[in-house]
Amino acid sequence: MEQLLLLIFLPLVGAIITAFSGKSAKIVSTVFSVVSLGLALVIACNFIPNASTQFEVNLPWIADLGINFHAGIDGISMLVVLLTNLLVPIIILSSYNHEYKNPAAFYALILFMQCGLLLVFTALDAFLFYIGWEAALIPIYFICAIWGGKDRIRINMKFFVYTIAGSLFMLMGIIYLYLQNPAHNFDIQAFYALNLDSAQQGWIFWAFFIAFAIKMPIFPFHTWQPDTYTAAPTQGTMLLSGIMLKMGIYGVIRWLLPIVPAGVHDWGQVAIVLSIIGIVYASLIAFTQKDAKRLVAYSSIAHVGLISAGIFAFNQQGMQGAMVQMLSHGINVVGLFFVLDIIFSRVKTNKIEELGGIAKVAPHLALTFLIIVLGTVALPGTNGFIGEFLLLMGVYNYGIWASAIAGLTIIFGAVYMLRMYQNVMLGETNSLTITFTDIKGTEKLVLYTICALIIVLGIYPKPVLHLTEASVQHLLEQVNQKLNTVN
Amino acid sequence: MNIIITISITAFIVLYAGLFKANKALLPLTVVGLLTALGFTFCAWNGNAVHFGMMQTDNFALAFSGICIIGTLLIFLLTQNYFHAKSDNIAEYYTLILFALAGMIMMVSYKNMAMLFVGLEIMSVSLYILAGIRKKDFASNEASLKYFLMGAFSTGFLLFGITLIYGATGSFDLDRIQAYLVNSQVISPIFYPGVILMMIGLSFKIGAAPFHFWTPDVYEGAPTLITTFMSTVVKTAGFAAFLRLFAGALAPLHDFWVAPLMVIVCLTLFIGNVTALFQKNFKRMLAYSSISHAGYLLFSLIVLTKNSENNVLVYAAAYTFASIIAFAVLILVKQKTGSDSFESFNGLAKRNPLVALCLTVAMLSLAGIPLTAGFIGKYLMFLNVMTEYKTLLVAFAILNALVGFYYYFRVIVAVWFKDGAETELSAPVQYKVVLLVSVAITLILGIYPAIILNLI
Repeated sequence: MEQLLLLIFLPLVGAIITAFSGKSAKIVSTVFSVVSLGLALVIACNFIPNASTQFEVNLPWIADLGINFHAGIDGISMLVVLLTNLLVPIIILSSYNHEYKNPAAFYALILFMQCGLLLVFTALDAFLFYIGWEAALIPIYFICAIWGGKDRIRINMKFFVYTIAGSLFMLMGIIYLYLQNPAHNFDIQAFYALNLDSAQQGWIFWAFFIAFAIKMPIFPFHTWQPDTYTAAPTQGTMLLSGIMLKMGIYGVIRWLLPIVPAGVHDWGQVAIVLSIIGIVYASLIAFTQKDAKRLVAYSSIAHVGLISAGIFAFNQQGMQGAMVQMLSHGINVVGLFFVLDIIFSRVKTNKIEELGGIAKVAPHLALTFLIIVLGTVALPGTNGFIGEFLLLMGVYNYGIWASAIAGLTIIFGAVYMLRMYQNVMLGETNSLTITFTDIKGTEKLVLYTICALIIVLGIYPKPVLHLTEASVQHLLEQVNQKLNTVN
Repeated sequence: MNIIITISITAFIVLYAGLFKANKALLPLTVVGLLTALGFTFCAWNGNAVHFGMMQTDNFALAFSGICIIGTLLIFLLTQNYFHAKSDNIAEYYTLILFALAGMIMMVSYKNMAMLFVGLEIMSVSLYILAGIRKKDFASNEASLKYFLMGAFSTGFLLFGITLIYGATGSFDLDRIQAYLVNSQVISPIFYPGVILMMIGLSFKIGAAPFHFWTPDVYEGAPTLITTFMSTVVKTAGFAAFLRLFAGALAPLHDFWVAPLMVIVCLTLFIGNVTALFQKNFKRMLAYSSISHAGYLLFSLIVLTKNSENNVLVYAAAYTFASIIAFAVLILVKQKTGSDSFESFNGLAKRNPLVALCLTVAMLSLAGIPLTAGFIGKYLMFLNVMTEYKTLLVAFAILNALVGFYYYFRVIVAVWFKDGAETELSAPVQYKVVLLVSVAITLILGIYPAIILNLI
């Protein structure tokens, strides 16, 4: 129990100390993020991979309103907690080649956001979940709007209003569930046990789904995403794409499916169709992008579309694939954005056609970039393959046509990603890239760590699959059982 | 009773101190007087005493009295150098504010409608003078005149309403009125227009649409500190008076007055938010945002539950302290730059990070972001109305909250993301105290609201 509280609040303590640490904020925040990672690993080692919720904390918070500080970790939570605490130190380390103005605030906000994310990923009380959901949003808004690029104010306003609009309607859904709950609390088990008819479930489905769909984002709720990713500082983009979008996916798994299975049954098809449209649409747009950062942003929409299709297909393979792919996508996309950031910091552009021939002058970068790209396009032997394979299998079990179209993501992805790699790294060096210096120091450390993860998870994904298997199984059984009682 | 006596005596002492030019003693005297009154408020807790059948200091009255006194105290701390620069006779300011406060204490604790009227008039007359206290300033005079005319007009409505209700029930006493509603088989037809007229009269006072037209001009024209007082403490007292009548005595008639109230709420939310969106002036934006908050505050009355009153208390507390921060920062900025447009806030984060941070917390609270008091306030309102599953109404309020994000975040954008004049902006110690106390209250209520949830 104490371990979980420590896990959640260590980043918060870190954030406060970092905020007052002035010039040494970089080091202080790195220390805190690495200790958090260590703590998450300790918890993962003590975690027994069965379906139970472990390290549970249940403290009264606002007793009059039925709000408790109720948190715990099961296999699914464990995975995203590990992802969060793994990526935060990587993201902080990736900022070492930058000198942000007012670093104390920058790093404090990152750690503050980590606290919010961990709340979201461990909360077993809907109100706590909502608090975490918003607590993660505020810091990222400031990170993107203070340290972002051109037109950042307008873009981030759009992002902020979009997400908060979704979450306010989710709050309305949560209040509705609370009022339906005879025990008058926000406990997740009580919400699972509610008997709602299918009309009610339909409304709740949309209240939650839109919030999650905006966060992921799923077509047609994605319009904030490319601009925000492009205008954000690289660390902001990494936080958004690497971790924050997993909030949406996690939300679907933890809250949407088990609470309103009949709603999912009725409307899940719409969700799958939207996801698949998103895959094709985002892939096609990615083809035409001239800016590599925007290209990766759109490719992210395509990948997330596949994950969400896999979840709504609602079977063991799809769900397990989503688990693995959440982890893989987080690692890969952070790697991609970091490479683009390195390129940008050297030559001040991410325009694909202005680059070329970097491989000749920067072999280490070329190698690591290649591995990350291959991971992203799901080459067998990389982490991306396991996830996408399982996801496609899940979607296949749902419907052959769906999987045929969703499968396009792999083909399209391979084409635009490899073409991007080719144009950026291969070919003749031009006047811009001739002076390119290879990666060194922390850049090397971060990129090789990411590559190692990509390959290790690709060859030996069993620990991840094993970690989540029992919980996923349990979730499916629970939902199917509930679905049978409703019908 | 002790509370009113203490405040009134303090007011007289301060007036005499002013006569003997003891300007330095004014603030300490006032603070001591208010702290004593606050002490009496705590002592009377759970006492539920009735004074001469006219006033009842139940926990409702005491809780709202407490907020009003604390709010006034914080505003007094902001007076440092504020009045001195403008007038020699500063004792008048102190006295008038104290008298207004005494009137408000009556408004929040009346048991007899005559006391409501007396309290309201004591408060209003003081405020008419305060709004126009800058004798040579045209805007201030305009504000005062407008406020006076509108105020007198609305008092007419209120009095007429009281008269009709008296005519129907034969009593000014709230309990008797309620007993009349519960017991009599047929309610006299003149009772209903009485209720509506009182609702209109009180809506004028709290600045709810469509009776809000005086608010922006008066708020803008009056000296900023007086605006602060009017839009926070005065407003809170107005709501308490409204609640005492409608959620108390007139509660049995809820089905009748909920329809006009719903119209008022929707109009207030919509007009307040949408007009605030287009303001270029920070002070005017706050004026319109205060209208929209009036809408949220009335929101709780649409569905009367046992928590309605407490919800208003929480919301009023959240709103009061966040607004005090916003106005305090406005005074600081205006003293430095001479302007109260949004542009004058540009780059505030660089000029004074502490002030910028406090203002940010205030804006987040007014917008209703979790972990601030404002969120808890809004959440309780939504929850309250959702208990009868009026989902469309809640959805409407949510859409309005979204509009609110836009204009509150415009302030945050100006403060943090825009570059402005690089001049240092120093805050006097008293301002720092007010800002930090208000921020602390805002965050504590946001993180652990349990302390205030069951007060009433």
